[in-house]
Amino acid sequence: MIDFHGYGWRLLGGALLTAELAVLSLVLALMIGLVVASIKLSRSSVLRGFALLYTTIIRGVPDLVMMMLLFYGGQIGVNMVVDQFNSWLGTNVFINVNAFMAGVITLAVIYGAYMSETFRGAFLAVDAGQMEAARAYGMSGWLAFRRVRFPLMMRHALPGINNNWMVLLKSTALVSIIGLSDMVHIADQATKATHQPFLFMVPVGLGYLAITSVSELAVRWLRQRYDAGFHTAKRGA
Amino acid sequence: MEHWLAQVAPFLSHNTIFTPATLAAYWGGMVTTVQLVFISLVIGIVLAIPLAIGRASHRVWISGPIWFYTYVFRGTPLLIQLYIAYYGFAFIPGVQQSWFAFFINNALYPALLSFVLNTGAYTTEIFYGAIRATPRGELEAARAYGMSSFTAYRRIVLPSALRRALPAYGNEVIFMLHASAIASAVTITDMTGVAYNVYAEFYSPFPPFIFVACLYMALSFGIQGVFRLAEKRLLRHLKPA
Repeated sequence: MIDFHGYGWRLLGGALLTAELAVLSLVLALMIGLVVASIKLSRSSVLRGFALLYTTIIRGVPDLVMMMLLFYGGQIGVNMVVDQFNSWLGTNVFINVNAFMAGVITLAVIYGAYMSETFRGAFLAVDAGQMEAARAYGMSGWLAFRRVRFPLMMRHALPGINNNWMVLLKSTALVSIIGLSDMVHIADQATKATHQPFLFMVPVGLGYLAITSVSELAVRWLRQRYDAGFHTAKRGA
Repeated sequence: MEHWLAQVAPFLSHNTIFTPATLAAYWGGMVTTVQLVFISLVIGIVLAIPLAIGRASHRVWISGPIWFYTYVFRGTPLLIQLYIAYYGFAFIPGVQQSWFAFFINNALYPALLSFVLNTGAYTTEIFYGAIRATPRGELEAARAYGMSSFTAYRRIVLPSALRRALPAYGNEVIFMLHASAIASAVTITDMTGVAYNVYAEFYSPFPPFIFVACLYMALSFGIQGVFRLAEKRLLRHLKPA
């Protein structure tokens, strides 16, 4: 067995935190992406303008700067808003912004912008006749969305979602810079203490490759699910 | 104009953060960031073109190792690669006395090494994809003219493949600019490092980070503009009529 100088369990805990952070931000980013994509396809030009501004800003600013802004500025910003509400309502609420929240929110906001582009393209790729058919069957708007538009859209969106997810996963490493104990942070501490960089950094790198490989399986399963009814050339028509 | 200046001047004189000293620091950070990114990208391209050709090779002993290189460097965070380059050589006994000491004593060199290897991996995949997309007929025509495969690559495959790679490569340049922000994690005072120092000095997060975000945005849009112009010129033949 490799001797991790007592850092073994902490590294595993860090890996768990990385996975939690990544999955939580992915779920939030998907929700933001869906909402913003719907706004981009809506008729209101004011809302569309805001959505465009949002994705433009996110594309222009590095993840790390966004994260620092939210982490170092988030507490002050939240305090200002909460204090205002406190003085109006006469309450005494305090909301604590910790590094985990700042990390999740930043990653979700950043990758929500990229997801919205993916979803927008995928929604546009859905054949209009499918929705007309759903209406003709008497489905309500929500039912038609859930049963027809969403599943058809997902088939086009999956490759893009997969790409964004890979980038998001690697971006979680940035939270170690704002002091969150993910696996990179613990490997960094262990390296400084033991002077053995390869012993800790290489397993962490393998950890990322492992998470990628597992998610590859999940994507394959999802792809099969959403490809149902579409014969690809590979499987034979 | 004068009216406008008269309105701006009191704002500038009353603020404590954006003094000539901090603005000079921001300028220095911008120079560091641009240098770091530009040098990495140039060396990355030089590395990527032969690697992409090798990646397209039918011989597995050539394409296999290159595939492995891009897989590892694209599959792990740049921050890990940076830490390995930064710490990896620092703890070797006797390294401070060797000729290699320059590499350890200035964080710019390890940062450059990791950035070059990282962008090299992504650029290799981008160019490889473009090479693979070369229409079969063009290659057959080149062979029919009696070109050797070296000549065919030089005259036919690379000119069209590198053009086709332009949009994807533009994204990679912006990605690199944004990724370079992590250089501040290994004591380099790039743009993000300066913003952090200003934040720590005045303990005021919004002005320094929002200002640096605007600087990054300006650089990103500048790069985007340059690539859009280049695409307009070089990809004119692919434009829908």
